[in-house]
Amino acid sequence: MRHWIEKQRYIIDFTLSSLLRRKVKNVGLLALYTLIVFILASTMFFTYSIKKEASLILKDSPEIVVQKIVAGRHDLFPVSYIDTIKKIRGVASVESRLWGYYYDSLVGANYTLLTPPRNGSFTDTGKSTAKTTVIDNESTDSSKPLFELNGAVLEPGTLIIGNGIARLRAIGTGDYMPFLAFDGNVLNFKITGVLSSQSELVSSDLMLITGEDFRKLFGIDNSYVTDVTVIVNNPEEIAMVASKIKKRLPQARPIIRDEILRTYDSVFNWRGGMMIVIFSAAVLAFVIFAWDKASGLSAGERREIGILKAVGWETSDVIQMKFWEGAIISLTAFFTGVILAYIHVFFTGSIVFEPALKGWSNLYPNFKLTPFINLEQLTTLFFLTVVPYTVATIVPIWRAATIDPDSAMRFTGE
Amino acid sequence: MIELVNVKKVFNAGNPSEFSALNSVNLLIEENQVTVLKGPSGSGKTTLLSIVGCMSRPSAGRVKLQGREITSLPERFLTDIRRKTFGFIFQQPNLIKGISVLDNVMLPAYPLGEKRVHLKNKAMKGLAALNIANKAASKVEWLSGGEAQRASIVRALINDPYIIIADEPTAHLDTKLSYRFMEIIETFKAEGKTVIITSHDPLVYDSSMVDRVVNLRDGQIEV
Repeated sequence: MRHWIEKQRYIIDFTLSSLLRRKVKNVGLLALYTLIVFILASTMFFTYSIKKEASLILKDSPEIVVQKIVAGRHDLFPVSYIDTIKKIRGVASVESRLWGYYYDSLVGANYTLLTPPRNGSFTDTGKSTAKTTVIDNESTDSSKPLFELNGAVLEPGTLIIGNGIARLRAIGTGDYMPFLAFDGNVLNFKITGVLSSQSELVSSDLMLITGEDFRKLFGIDNSYVTDVTVIVNNPEEIAMVASKIKKRLPQARPIIRDEILRTYDSVFNWRGGMMIVIFSAAVLAFVIFAWDKASGLSAGERREIGILKAVGWETSDVIQMKFWEGAIISLTAFFTGVILAYIHVFFTGSIVFEPALKGWSNLYPNFKLTPFINLEQLTTLFFLTVVPYTVATIVPIWRAATIDPDSAMRFTGE
Repeated sequence: MIELVNVKKVFNAGNPSEFSALNSVNLLIEENQVTVLKGPSGSGKTTLLSIVGCMSRPSAGRVKLQGREITSLPERFLTDIRRKTFGFIFQQPNLIKGISVLDNVMLPAYPLGEKRVHLKNKAMKGLAALNIANKAASKVEWLSGGEAQRASIVRALINDPYIIIADEPTAHLDTKLSYRFMEIIETFKAEGKTVIITSHDPLVYDSSMVDRVVNLRDGQIEV
């Protein structure tokens, strides 16, 4: 056993010196290999973490959101519908919401305007009576709000804006922001606060506005709200309650939380997939390069194998050496790539992939993801990169390693 | 003692380029003797040497080492015999570039897994015996022709073989270095080793230390 270990040490030593002897070629290969692993791992970390983050955020979101649909399009929700929903058995509470999008032609960005239910739910008269219900939970910390008001008071004529908007417009607390209302009038709101950056994934483009101002801006009558959220007592009954809503209010469109989660999932899966498709060309180039490197042994390498065999190395020793060579390169590339991807995604906010993977339009959220690593995905990545490369290196070497040792005797040129 | 019985070697058998390098060679090489295989280029010297040194197999015939038939042994066993029994000195030093002289010298011993300290001591002793210990850490490409040759001799001796095989060892050496090489061969003989050399250099085959000269021509031994 001691001899075997010593032998492996010698072979690894020799392999390392061989790698260093062909520095340029091997460093190039290592860099390319690391880049591929970095790209794949970054995409993987990013999509997995963002999905996980989104699912945690949405975990405590309302079980059902009900909208009104007219001819297939989202329409304002009549407050009178709320009573009908409340009467359905199993419904714990119904809360109305006022929210909408505002396009700012100055910077070409879309903002999400939301009325935080201040003192309670919107009643039939449109007055808010509910407590804040939008919370950003990581299940254990239910006291952590989705957006913090930082002590800022939201009054008529004021706004609280998301970090993304503050950055984009270069404005902050105390500044005024003009809006073009539905009737052509310009409304000027004073900014009284900026939302904390912690929840930027969902609040980057968010603006908090009072109900009265929201109605003034969009021209919405008190008898309408944007949509309602429904809390159901028994989670098993969510689907049933949703189907009852649909039955009693044919114009209503109940959206179950799971559907939202699924949408998030597929959106980020799609984005991740798109990245991988784009970079598959790079992967292919790498495969060709690696194959060429592995199969096209140079005359120098062949001669070296001939010498090793002539001085007493067995075919299996040569193959072991090449195995270590492949393993050293691929493991170094794998771990470097994964560590760099980890730093890239979780410490630099995916600086390279930002435009492709997060945000829409001109407003990009600036947030740090909580590191979530899926071991299964990491293992898959390992088997998709390290194993094929190592095998691809060994197979052609087998042929070269069976060179007759007397080839070294026939070699006459130095 | 090495015995070759009716040994034939054919290259590219069955092809139009088929070429017979050795034809029914019968030869007995005695222990503790210096034997020179002499002959012009293409006479089959190197082929015969590679068969004797277990580097290649004959197409037909048998090779016996100390009375043991080794022709039909699997590659692993043949390599093991080659490693422990033979030390090879090639026409070219055949050192691996980019690594140190010491590493080159230790290379044949790597598969045996000997302790590094022992192996290093052995290698340094060998280098010192041939006056190149001061070059141990140098890369082989910095060596002169004679130094490279001596380094390859130390490498050939690292596993302490009792048969030394040298293929045209003086082909690339000047007269002075060739004499120096023959002096080294003399010390091998004095140590009780068997030496087999191929050469068509008179400085080698006319040397007084040579016990036997075998003439080869067209793949056959000339009587």
